[in-house]
Amino acid sequence: MLTCEKLELTQGAFHLSADVHFSKRAITAVIGPSGAGKSTLLLAIAGFVTAQSGQVLLDGVSFTSLAPGKRPVSMLFQDNNLFPHLSIFENVGLGLGTHRKLDAAARCSVLSVLDRVGLLNMADRKPAALSGGQQSRVALARLLLADRPVVLLDEPFAALGPRLKDEMLDLMQEMVVQDAGATVLMVTHDPADARRVADHVAWVADGVVHAPRPTAEIFADPPKGLRGYLGKMG
Amino acid sequence: MAQRAVAINPTKPGGIAVGLVLALTLGTLGAVAWRADWGRGLGPADWAAVRFTVTQALVSAGLSCLLAIPVARALARRRFWGRSVLVTLLGAPFLLPVIVAVLGLLAVFGRNGILNDALGALGLPDVSIYGFHGVVLAHVFFNLPLVTRLILQGWLSIPAERFRLAASLDAPVGRLLERPMLRAVLPPAFLIVFLICLTSFAVALTLGGGPRATTVELAIYQALRFDFDLGRAAMLALIQFGLCLIAAALAWRMTAVDGFGAGLDRSVDRWDGSRWADGVIIALAAAFLLVPLVMVIVRGVPGLFELPSDIWRAALRSVIVAIISAALCIGLTLALALRGGRTVGLVGVLPLAASSLVVGTGLFLLVYPFANPAKLALVVTALVNAVLALPFALRSVAPTVDKITSDYARLGAILDMSPWVWTIRVIVPRLRRPLGFAAGLAAALSMGDLGVIALFAGDAQETLPLAMYRLMGAYRMDAAAGAALVLLVLSFALFWICDQGGRIDADL
Repeated sequence: MLTCEKLELTQGAFHLSADVHFSKRAITAVIGPSGAGKSTLLLAIAGFVTAQSGQVLLDGVSFTSLAPGKRPVSMLFQDNNLFPHLSIFENVGLGLGTHRKLDAAARCSVLSVLDRVGLLNMADRKPAALSGGQQSRVALARLLLADRPVVLLDEPFAALGPRLKDEMLDLMQEMVVQDAGATVLMVTHDPADARRVADHVAWVADGVVHAPRPTAEIFADPPKGLRGYLGKMG
Repeated sequence: MAQRAVAINPTKPGGIAVGLVLALTLGTLGAVAWRADWGRGLGPADWAAVRFTVTQALVSAGLSCLLAIPVARALARRRFWGRSVLVTLLGAPFLLPVIVAVLGLLAVFGRNGILNDALGALGLPDVSIYGFHGVVLAHVFFNLPLVTRLILQGWLSIPAERFRLAASLDAPVGRLLERPMLRAVLPPAFLIVFLICLTSFAVALTLGGGPRATTVELAIYQALRFDFDLGRAAMLALIQFGLCLIAAALAWRMTAVDGFGAGLDRSVDRWDGSRWADGVIIALAAAFLLVPLVMVIVRGVPGLFELPSDIWRAALRSVIVAIISAALCIGLTLALALRGGRTVGLVGVLPLAASSLVVGTGLFLLVYPFANPAKLALVVTALVNAVLALPFALRSVAPTVDKITSDYARLGAILDMSPWVWTIRVIVPRLRRPLGFAAGLAAALSMGDLGVIALFAGDAQETLPLAMYRLMGAYRMDAAAGAALVLLVLSFALFWICDQGGRIDADL
């Protein structure tokens, strides 16, 4: 279980507080108006933003003071998730460690995870030679290989078409949540994404991250702010 | 909450680089200040040197800017066969060893040059290239292309729509569009050229001299090499530094443009000006630039057979020094660019205010009590040239480092890359193009150096430019022409190899 314990984030006029739990082996969609602090919450959990006070814990163990790379966290950003000068194989291999040489066993696991996402024949290509959907699968393969318990998605699939995006979300749910048992936080501005794969929805507005509620329940009886947000979305 | 800057770039090597650059610039200046002998004050000869230095730099910069305006305008509005080659060639003088260019200019404007042959055939008196106008001529040769590129960049940055609008309104293009652009571009260009001419030693060494055409740098050289008057050399070096500091401070505050940018390979459709006038201007400028270069080749080929055997050893020495200097320069550049910040920005421009003669004098004063300076000539040459090329290298590399960091630092951090792994696996491969260009620049500049080496070297440390200078001094002009060709080819080859090395298989 991932916990934000009395987390306070302030910068200038911006303020966000979070005192919430996120379930293991589940996807929690983080939704809210733009500028409410959805991305900031993820950046704080990943360690790119320092909190004024409060803790981030995994199963009761705080990792607040660790550097981003040392946290039990993987993250996909809106863009620049792959290094363009490295081959697909090398990009995925980074999930196992960043030193150049991978031993035979490690090479085997890179190939097998590439096989799982259906890109085995692309291993030697550079990202630019792949379609957007394929590039997303490479990033997914690296997540699977890194096998960290917390996965943060800051709208990495926003640039994909609707069908490809749905496909990626389904793959995430199947491979990262069901198979690997990770705790996934997914920022989205599209309630349909949440309805499709999220087990819970956390509503972020007015400087507060509200406690996640089961998806069906929150959409059936949305809090006031979310109702306005959904109405506006049509 | 603090947006934690992703601390993934290594900063320690940058600290060492800062120390090294400070030691070589301000440290040597300290040595110079410590040894400066003000007891005798500035003699009339010293004042004459200061006057000559400033005057020739002002006139050279003024002429370069004035002449560059019509050339840049003609290039901006005309399309013709060979245009892109000509624009590329405008970048060549920056890499050209000064002494090679001087030999090319002598072949055109010298006593037995094309011009005097023609004048003689018409029964007109000879012109002499030596002295004030020779120095100015050489400086215009070097800097006219540089200013032309700077102004061309300004011209091409005016959106094409504005020219269309002006044409449709039948409005005066000059007053509406061109004058404001020139007002922004010309002053910094003028100051940059002024600074370059202040610190240009080899031109004054070969074309100047004598009481009426001695620059401060030449006076330093003479005080050190001929009179061995260390106190006077140090005093002159301090004056030279003061001059450069003023010019550099002015120039760097005003420069926002650099002349090495890409994207000059197009022209703007316009509806004014005479095709013929533009054609004549371009032809004249191209001839001024190309004829001396062609003469280096024409006279150099027969000269190859006159070369003394030890010239190849000098060439080898030069190549090794150039490679070491380029490697050092790249190391320093990378370390400083990764460190970033205001200190580095300042340290990166400091070498502009230091001339190779001032740094050389300081190092000479530091080394002399302990060792024979001649023994260290090659090491010092490699080191000083690496630092002097630093501002240019840093300008080409630093923006890309910033871009890579802003694009990928978070990804590197979340993947737990150490600063070292990040540098080797991400920064260096993604930086290959500007690094290759910077290495080529540093190698070519060091290859052609005839500054600090002239202060330090004995016979056993002769580099190719120095050997060539000594051949010229001994009036062995054929052999010197051969050496010039070798030097020209080696300089451009080094630049080309480095630059290409950065381009091949570089994925962006």
